Amino acid sequence: MQVLFKTHYDQDIDHLAIRGERFRILAAVGLALAAPLLIDSYFVGELAIFLVYILAGLGLMVLIGFSGQVSFGHSAFLGIGAYAHSVLLGQGVPFLISLPAAALLAGLVGAALGRASSKMHGFYMAIATLAFAIVVETILGEWTDVTGGHMGLEVPPMTIFGVDLGEPWQQYYVILAVVLFCIWGLANLMRAPKGRMMIAVRDSETSARSLGVDIARVKIAAFFVSAMLTGLAGGLMAHLLFYISPETFGVNESLKLLLMVIVGGVGTITGAIFGAVFVTVLPVAIAFLRELLPTSLADMAGLEQFLFGGIIALFIIFEPEGLYGRWRKLRLFIETYPYYKRATFVRQKRYLKTGRFK
Amino acid sequence: MSELVVENLTLSFGGIKAIDDVSFSVEPGEIYAIIGPNGAGKSTIFNAISRIYTPEAGAIRFRGEDLLKRRPHQVVDLGLARTFQNIELFENATVLDNLLVGRSARIRSTWLAEWFFTPEVRREEYAHRRKVEEILDLLDMQAHRHELVRDLPYGARKNVELARALCAEPKLLLLDEPASGLNPEETTDMSFWLKDIKEELGVTVVMVEHDMNLVRRLADRCMALGNGQVMAVGTVAEVQGDATVQAAYLGSAAA
Amino acid sequence: MEFSDVLQLVLIGISQGCAYALVAIGFVFIYRATEIVNFAHGELMMLGAFMALTFAQIIGLNFWLAAALAILSLGAIGYALDAVVMRRMAGESHASIFILTIAIGLMIRALAGMIWGWAPLALDAPFLHDYEVGGVIVGMDRAAVIVGAAILCFALWRFFTRTAIGLAILGASQNQLAAYYSRIPVKRLISVVWAIAAMVAAFAGLVMAPVTQVDTGMSAFGIKAFAGAIVGGFGSIPGALLGCLLIGVAEPFLDFIFPPLKGVYAYVIMLAVLFVKPDGLIPQTFAKKV
Repeated sequence: MQVLFKTHYDQDIDHLAIRGERFRILAAVGLALAAPLLIDSYFVGELAIFLVYILAGLGLMVLIGFSGQVSFGHSAFLGIGAYAHSVLLGQGVPFLISLPAAALLAGLVGAALGRASSKMHGFYMAIATLAFAIVVETILGEWTDVTGGHMGLEVPPMTIFGVDLGEPWQQYYVILAVVLFCIWGLANLMRAPKGRMMIAVRDSETSARSLGVDIARVKIAAFFVSAMLTGLAGGLMAHLLFYISPETFGVNESLKLLLMVIVGGVGTITGAIFGAVFVTVLPVAIAFLRELLPTSLADMAGLEQFLFGGIIALFIIFEPEGLYGRWRKLRLFIETYPYYKRATFVRQKRYLKTGRFK
Repeated sequence: MSELVVENLTLSFGGIKAIDDVSFSVEPGEIYAIIGPNGAGKSTIFNAISRIYTPEAGAIRFRGEDLLKRRPHQVVDLGLARTFQNIELFENATVLDNLLVGRSARIRSTWLAEWFFTPEVRREEYAHRRKVEEILDLLDMQAHRHELVRDLPYGARKNVELARALCAEPKLLLLDEPASGLNPEETTDMSFWLKDIKEELGVTVVMVEHDMNLVRRLADRCMALGNGQVMAVGTVAEVQGDATVQAAYLGSAAA
Repeated sequence: MEFSDVLQLVLIGISQGCAYALVAIGFVFIYRATEIVNFAHGELMMLGAFMALTFAQIIGLNFWLAAALAILSLGAIGYALDAVVMRRMAGESHASIFILTIAIGLMIRALAGMIWGWAPLALDAPFLHDYEVGGVIVGMDRAAVIVGAAILCFALWRFFTRTAIGLAILGASQNQLAAYYSRIPVKRLISVVWAIAAMVAAFAGLVMAPVTQVDTGMSAFGIKAFAGAIVGGFGSIPGALLGCLLIGVAEPFLDFIFPPLKGVYAYVIMLAVLFVKPDGLIPQTFAKKV
C-alpha cells in the first residue's frame, strides 16, 4: 500500500495519483483496447453490449449515486436516445451529428423531468419517474408515424465519413471511444466544484443551500447529464440491436439498470462498471443455476424473475454497498493483512426517528 | 451604516408567534450576542435572516440590501454565512471536501469547462484550495484535513462547521450556538478563534449563545429574547442587570 | 353519451377507485407505522386472490370459508414477511428498503406464476348478480367493492385513533428508540401491522377477483394504487382514498375521450397533479427542523 506524501495540490486534484490505482486502470484500458485481437467476434459483440451498459449505468449513477435523486424509469431515456438516433439516421443525418443530437434530446427531456420533480423527494420521485417511463413507452408504441409503433424500427447501419462500420470490432472501438470519453469527463466533473456541489445536495440540502448552492439548478443539471449519458448509451445500443421496439425499453429494463447501480455499489464510477459486469454475467449464472435444479423446477416459466428478485433482495440485505463495497473490503484485506479487522465496516444500528411533523 | 438591520420581524408557526415584532441592528465589526431561554425564537431569527423561513411581517436589510427579496442561496453572495445548531455537515465527505463546498459562492467555472477540466478550472482549484488551507491554518485543523466527517468527534465537527462558513468569505457570520456541547478547553479555544475572526478577518459576528461566560468575554453588545419578543438590548452588563431578563431566567420574587 | 352512460361510467369508476383505495390503505398503513414504503402490496393482493381460489376451487371449500382462510393466510404471510425479512433492515436507508420491497414483489409474482400458472383463472363468487336501476346496471360485485372499502376505512380509522395498540403503533412510528424504552413491543407490533396490511390486501384481492379474473397481472393494480395514494398526498388514509377515487372515476372517461393512451391515464393524472402540487393534494408536512 503506497502512502502518498503530498507536496502539491496536483496530487490532490489529479486522477490516478496513487501508483497502484494507476497500474490497475491502465491495465484495464490496455486490455479493453486489445480485446478484439484476443477474442472471438461473437464475444466482441457481447463486450460491446457490456460497454453500452456501463454507459447507461453511469448515467443512472450520476442521478442516484452522485446527486441523490431516484429514477425508476431510466430506460425511457435509453428508448428516447435509441429512437431519436435511429429516426435521424433514417432521415439522412450523419452519424456524428445524429448521436449527440439524440443524446441532447434525451438530456433535455431529462431536464424537464428534473424540473418537474425537483421538489419531490425519495419515493415520490421514484413513482413519478416510473410513471414517466410507462407513459414514454406507451407513446413510443402509439406514435406509429415516427417510431413504427409496436412493429419496431429497423436501425440504419453505422457510417462515419462514408465508411460503413458494420463489423463487430469496428463498432466495438467506436463504442469504447465514447465510453472512455464519458468516464473521463464524468471523473473530471466529480473532482471539480460542480461534482462536489452534487454530492452536497445529496448529503444535506439545507447546508448546501446556505452555502450558496442553487439546489434546483444542480438537481436539474444532474438530471440533464444523467439522461444525456443514458440517451447516448441508447443510441449506441440501437446499432447493436439492429431492430428496436418499445418493449425493449420498458419497466424491466429500468429495473435492470437499477439493479446494476445497486449491486455495483452506489456512489462511484467503478460501481457502475461492476454493476454492468454483474448484469452481463447474471443470465449466464441463472442458466447455470437452472442446470443444477431438478427439471420440474427448472422448466417453470418465471424462474428468472424469481432469481432476479432474489438476488437483488440478498444484496440489499447482506451487502448494501454492492460489489464495489465487497471489492473495497477485499482490497483492504489484501493491503492490511494480517491486521485486517472486519469491524471496520460494521454498520451502526439506527432506529427510526421521523422527520414528519404533522 | 449598520451592517444588519432587522425591523419589526414577525413569524408564526401555525397559531404560535415564534417571533413577535423583533427589531435590532448590528454594527460592522462587532460581536453581537442573542441570548434567551430555549424556545425564545433565536434560531428562528437566524432561519429568517438566511431565508429558510419567510416572515409574515417586517424587513431585513444587510448592508442596505433587502434580504427578503433574495432566495436562500443568494444570501451568501451578499456576504452572509451561517452555522447550524444541529451540525449540518456532509457526513460522507472529507473535511477538505466540506470546506471546498463552502467556496461554492465564489465558483466561476461552468459545467462544460469542468467536464473537460480545462487549465482554467485547474487554476481556480488551486486558488480555492489555497483559501481553504488558510482557514484550516487559522482554526488549527490541518491534521483532520483528509478525515471523513462522520469519523470526527463532536468538538471537531463544530470547528469544521465554523470553518466551512468562513470559507465562503463572509462579511457577517451567523453562529447558532457555537459553543454548545463543547468542554471548557474547547470553549476557550472557540473564544480565541472568534476573537481572531473579528480582529484578523474583520468579520461581524452575530451569535446565539447560552454560555454566559463566553458572551461576557466576547460580546460587544447583546440582546435578550423571550417568548419571541425583545426583552433588553445593550452591553452585556446592562442586559444582565435588566429586571425583565432576570425575571425570565430566574423568576420574579414572590410579592 | 347519454346520461345513463355517464352514470354507469361514474359507478364503475367509483368501484374501481375503491378497489385501488383498498390496496392503497394497506401500504399507507404500513407507511404510517414504519415509514417503510411497501411496493409489493399489489403482489400481496394478487396472492390473496390466488389463495382464495385455491381454497374455494382447488380444495373445494365453501366460498365464505375460503375467503376467511385466504385472508387469515395472508395475515400469516404478512407477519412472516416482516419477521423474517423486513426486521433485518430496521434502520437502513429508506431507498434500500423500498428497493427491497420491489424485489420481494418480483419474487412473489414470479412464484405465483410458477405455482398457479400465468393464465387468468375465474373465481366463482356468490355475489355476481346484476341489478338494473333506472337504466344503469349495478353489478353486485362492484357494489361489494365500494361497501367493503367504506367499512375497512372506518374500521382502520377507529383502530388508529381509539385503541391502545393503535396509539402504540403511532408512537413507534415517530420515535422507535423512545418506544422501545416505553416497553412497547415494537418488533411484534410492526409484524402485526404488516399482518393487518396484508389481510387488507387479501380482502382487496377477494373483492376484485370476480371483476377482473385472478392472474399475475393483478399486481399492476398496486402501481396504480400508488399513483392514487400519491395524488392524494402520501401518508394519509383520507388522502389515499381521495386520490384513488379521483383516478378511478377519471380513467373510464379519459379512456373514452382519447383511446391511444388507454391504461396509462392513472400515471398521466399523477404526473399532472405532482407538477402542480409536488406534495399531493393533502400534503403531509415533511421538513427537517434545523
